[in-house]
This record gives sequence, C-alpha cells and structure tokens, in this order.
Amino acid sequence: MSTEVKEKEVIKIKPAESFLSKRRRKILVDPLDDNNPISIQVLGICSALAVTIKLEPTIVMSISVVFVMIFSSLITSLIRNYIPVRVRIIVQLAIIATLVTLVSEFLKAFNYEMFKVLGAFVGLIITNCIILGRLEAYAMGNKPYDSVLDALGSSVGYAWIILVVAFFRELLGSGSVLGFKVFEMLGWYSFPTNGLFVDSIGAFIILGLLIWAQRTRNGYIEN
Amino acid sequence: MTELFNLVIKSAFMDNMIFAYFLGMCSFLAVSKKVSTANGLGLAVIFVLTCTAPLNWLIQKKILDEGALSWISSDFTDIDLTFLQLLMFIAVIASFVQLVEMIIEKFSPALYGSLGIFLPLIAVNCSILGGSLFMVQRDFNIQEATAFGFGSGLGFWLAIVALAAIREKLKYSHVPDGLKGLGITMLLTGLMGLAFKTFIGMTL
Repeated sequence: MSTEVKEKEVIKIKPAESFLSKRRRKILVDPLDDNNPISIQVLGICSALAVTIKLEPTIVMSISVVFVMIFSSLITSLIRNYIPVRVRIIVQLAIIATLVTLVSEFLKAFNYEMFKVLGAFVGLIITNCIILGRLEAYAMGNKPYDSVLDALGSSVGYAWIILVVAFFRELLGSGSVLGFKVFEMLGWYSFPTNGLFVDSIGAFIILGLLIWAQRTRNGYIEN
Repeated sequence: MTELFNLVIKSAFMDNMIFAYFLGMCSFLAVSKKVSTANGLGLAVIFVLTCTAPLNWLIQKKILDEGALSWISSDFTDIDLTFLQLLMFIAVIASFVQLVEMIIEKFSPALYGSLGIFLPLIAVNCSILGGSLFMVQRDFNIQEATAFGFGSGLGFWLAIVALAAIREKLKYSHVPDGLKGLGITMLLTGLMGLAFKTFIGMTL
C-alpha cells in the first residue's frame, strides 16, 4: 500500500513545474482514474492478475512495466516518422522486446529469487496490451515529451490497480502484507485464510468489485 | 498417441490458459460481446497457437539453446543465444498474425470489420507468447509442443465462446450501473473459473 501512496505523491508534485501546461497535466492524470487502462479501457488484464498473489512481486512488476512503458514510448515517438506504416507493429514489438529483455537480464543478475517467482511473466510484459496500445494510439502520432507523460500516466494507472488487487489477495489469501503476518501481530492467530484468493478466482472477483467501486465513484457507465 | 491426446485435453481443460494462467484476458474480455465474433477470434487463436508452438520449438532447439548451433559447424558448440528468445518468438508470432490478418481480410471482410483492432492485437495476445514460453519451460518434444499449442488454443476458444453466450443473455437482466460491462464480466469469469476448477481432480 505504501508504494501506491508514494507514487500518487510524485504525480501531485509534478504539475507544480512550469513546463507542465494544463493540457499536459490532463495527459498525465487522466489514465489514473477517468481513463484508467485496466478498469476503463480493459487493457493489460492478463499480467494484472497473474502476478498479484503476493505484494512483493507485484511491486517489481509495476516498476518493470513503468520502465518499459516510458522508454518504449520515448523511442517510438523519436523514430515515429521513419517507421513504415505496414511494418509498424513488428517495429514496436521489437522495441518493447528489447527493453523487456533488458529488464529480464537485470532481474536475473541482481535478484534471481524474484526472477524465479515471476518466471515467464517478465517475458509476458511484451504482450501487455497497455504498452502496444499506447504506442499505437499515442506515441506513433505525438511528440516525445507528451508521449513520455502519457506513458507515465498509463503505467502508473496500471500499477495502482494491480497493487490494490495484490494487497487484498495477499491479505485474505495468505493473511499477510509484504510477508508480515498482520493478523498474528494483532493477536488474531486463528484468522481463516481463504485459498480461493490465492487461486485465480479470487483475483477475478476482487478486480470485479474494485471496478464496480471505482466506476460507481467516477460515474462511468458502459453500455 | 494417447499421450498426445491427453496433453490436448489437459491443456484445454485443466491448464486452461484463461482460468489457470490469466493469459489472453484482454481479447477474452473485449471481444466476447457476440458469439459469432468470439468464435472467429477463437478459431484464429487456435490456428496461430498451433502453428507458432512448433515453429518456436524449432527455433529454440536448433538456434537459441546453448550448443544448438552445432548442426551447422562444430565451431559453434559454445554459443548460447537464449537471450534472443523473446525477440525471436515475438517476431515469429507477429509475422503469423499478419498472415492471418491478410487471410481474414480476403475471405471474410465482415469478420475482419468486427474484430477491428483486436486482430492485430492477437500478436500481443499473451496466450500465444505464453504458450511458446511454457512449452520451452516444460521441455516438450515437437509433437508435444504442437499438441500443447492446439490444446491451449482449444481451451481459449471454448472459454471465449462460452462467455460470449452468457453475455448475449446478460442483455436481458438488470445489472447495477457501475457493474455493467467489465465489472459483471469479471465476476462471471470468476464463476466460470470455479466451474473449470472441477477438472483439476481428473487424472489422465
């Protein structure tokens, strides 16, 4: 939970800088709530659910996605005028795959335990539809700085949702937060952990309820 | 032969891409509003998965693995190209998807129109890359890889058509405003996942 708060603070400080006009602030803040990639645009759900059994791998995953997202947007936006339209998807995928390989090799070298936990799901960042979706919809047609802001907004919008899902799944499924047994610390030794939340089903249901809560709050109705 | 058949059943039902690994969720949720469209996408996924799994297997075993290049010349025995795995796999998948896109555009413009942006997005359908990565992790041989690809695709097709059928009926029920669309679909998927869990007890 703490990381989520920290990330939100960073966003709040940024608009104070002068080079952020009102339009740019909107690009940055929109994907956090009103146009959230997961809960409104329905993108990137696969990895959102697969890694959220525990909070710690989710944090690593969020950081990786933010990194890949920002740099792939920057690179795509810089070379957007030189990419032939017909082969653009392969070019975009090559950019993303290169960055994901970097992340994967970095994890292998510096945090092998985490690499084993995340396994194939680091590689699957390539197929996170948020990244390709934003490259295709935004970075291909906009200037580098705007694209980076858009990428930052979208990836942080993604990160906060998966962190909330992971928090509840770990709390209810394993009775802990970041590995600390909260309920035992509070003196509740017989807390009934629910195996359903460790399983995929708990993830679907928590995300469904989270989407319900968020949409009720911001009044978005899908037909 | 029975082993291959068992593998198909196992990857379609027990290790279902969607309910066990959450792979391919994006298109699963977004293209499941109508049965006919869902059916088209499901069949495209079966085709792409069945073809890319053995292709990527060949690439992994004949090019990428440590010492795999020794069939060209004995000088290459200590070359390890596994770091190129992601790049190679995604290139194969993207080219295949482009091929499928051309075929569908030619033979069924109506389906092409209704799939829209989700057709090129099959390239980033996690279940396809995931199929290739799992196949390498589990050390299959080439027949097993093909059977696994086909079974996984079959599981995806089953799941997406079933969900689309439920969602078509959902039009006639009163769902709370905030839960409409994605919210209720997530809850439905959870319940369907619960049903698919019953296959786990089966031993083949």
